Amino acid sequence: MLLFVGRKLAQTIFILLMVSIVSFTLLKLAPGDPVQMALGSEYSQEAYASLTHEMGLDQSLVVQYGHWLWGFITGDWGRSYVGRTPIFQYAFVEALPVTLTLAASALFLAILIGVPLGVLSAARQDTILDAGTAALSLTGTAFPSFYLGILLIWIFGVHFGLFPTMGFVAPWQDFLDGVYHMTLPALTLSTYFMAMIVRLVRANLIEALQQPYVAAARARGESERRVIWLHGMRNVLMPLVTVLGLQLGALLQGAVLTETVFSLPGVGQMITNAVLNREYLVVQAGVMMTGCLFIFVNLLVDLAYPWLDPRLKPR
Amino acid sequence: MSETLLVDKIARRPAWWAGLGSYIRHRPFFILALLVTLAFLAIALLGTAVTPFDPTFQDMEAPMSPPSSTHWLGTDSYGQDLLSRAMAGARYAFLTGICSVLLGALGGLAVGLMAGLAGGRTEWFLMRIVDAILALPSLVMAIAFIAILGQGVDKVILAVGLALIGPFARTVRADVLQVRALPFVEAAGLMGIGKLAIVRRHILPNVFFPLVVQATIRISEAILVSSSLSFIGIGIVPPTPDWGLMIAEGRGFVSFAPWMSGVPGAALAILLIALAIVGDGIREQMDPKQRAGH
Repeated sequence: MLLFVGRKLAQTIFILLMVSIVSFTLLKLAPGDPVQMALGSEYSQEAYASLTHEMGLDQSLVVQYGHWLWGFITGDWGRSYVGRTPIFQYAFVEALPVTLTLAASALFLAILIGVPLGVLSAARQDTILDAGTAALSLTGTAFPSFYLGILLIWIFGVHFGLFPTMGFVAPWQDFLDGVYHMTLPALTLSTYFMAMIVRLVRANLIEALQQPYVAAARARGESERRVIWLHGMRNVLMPLVTVLGLQLGALLQGAVLTETVFSLPGVGQMITNAVLNREYLVVQAGVMMTGCLFIFVNLLVDLAYPWLDPRLKPR
Repeated sequence: MSETLLVDKIARRPAWWAGLGSYIRHRPFFILALLVTLAFLAIALLGTAVTPFDPTFQDMEAPMSPPSSTHWLGTDSYGQDLLSRAMAGARYAFLTGICSVLLGALGGLAVGLMAGLAGGRTEWFLMRIVDAILALPSLVMAIAFIAILGQGVDKVILAVGLALIGPFARTVRADVLQVRALPFVEAAGLMGIGKLAIVRRHILPNVFFPLVVQATIRISEAILVSSSLSFIGIGIVPPTPDWGLMIAEGRGFVSFAPWMSGVPGAALAILLIALAIVGDGIREQMDPKQRAGH
């Protein structure tokens, strides 16, 4: 078991290093001279030279990469060109919690609604209900989330005036108001995952219910509820967790768009504004954070396998 | 264990058009979606020849007018006809979608072939880079490329195409590994046929078809990512009639002119749903395991 965890950790660290190299290269490829950008249009030769030295840009690329990586690990992510504010504070302390709250609420909503719908669909296979759910979930996976967000704003925000259409209230400061502000964004972001979960649960549950041990359980006279939720769902958990882990990238991607629709000050807004203002360090921080998050969650998924399916327990 | 099974599967694969006739009868939605897609494609090809107005003509008399007999689907804040703009937008959607997928597929083919054929350290190294790239969602990757490249239609195509290389490379490599293990490729090698000839005559044709299927399915993803870039305001620049851009323009007016984002959004949503149904149909047709179920 320890060996298994160790190997997974080593793999993860390796991929993290690769992601850091990709992010670092991206920054180096960016057009424009960061020193010039920090100094503005008028500066002396000495100021240029001293800032170049201060930013470490006169050293070799490998040394620069090492410095940058060490800074990233220790929370020194540099300062933005304009305003000279620390990026770590802005990206990690302020923006990331917003995105995580949005992503977590959306995922929660998607599982809460998606799993029962999928089970119902599988249990009532080939009925009108099943066909309706199938059509809805196909639409759900294909529908552009940002357009859905605007539709929801129009219907629930403008027409019925039920929910606020913009802004973020931290649920850890004011829980009810936070949930209130998060409802429409979470619903927007969750649709794709809800639809995907429905399809996945349905397909896997139908397959699981054809297995001999399910027939055996039914023959023993176990209730249908017990057959589905205990014998069936146990086999759906694994693919479900795998796909959710793999789809985390899509979740973050959707969060970027949802934040734009609802003006939430998260990582997506941060990266978008940074691109428009040519703040490459902020773009890089955003890319690194997204990559690390994705890799970290997939590590958790990998580590969860033996626990979800005892057959996979390494000996 | 999987290797023998795969050989089995490929050897027994029936021609792809087998059972197409009954498929059409049993899958009315697929046909409907295909027709919708073709209609969008036709509008995209015909362009301004069929739009009622010039998509960038500004009717100063009627800014933000609701749907009327002159402007069937209303106008935006500059008085531009929304129906014309939505129709013209189809061209940009297909242009960015198809071009970036072509770029991604070609890049993926090159990287995947290289990795799958080289083996050893080169393969390991290439696939780790692909792993790192796949750790980033395609939109975030495309945003990073846009940050370097700048904005505009060509930049969007390039950024989305580059972001798609990773996923394509992975499937190509998997296919190359499968095909390389097949007896006839091994036999060709033993017969002393040159490596390049084997790649061209035996490996490429077997990798090419699954790649084309992949590419058709991924066009919708490319359209979604490129319109997303425009929507967040860093992709295609105004006044180009791009759907993502138009939806973003209408976002601020949603309380009193909901048709402004409603029209381009509906166009995008309908096309994406149609493409998803078509993609599902193609995938099912290609996968003998799923097809056996019908």
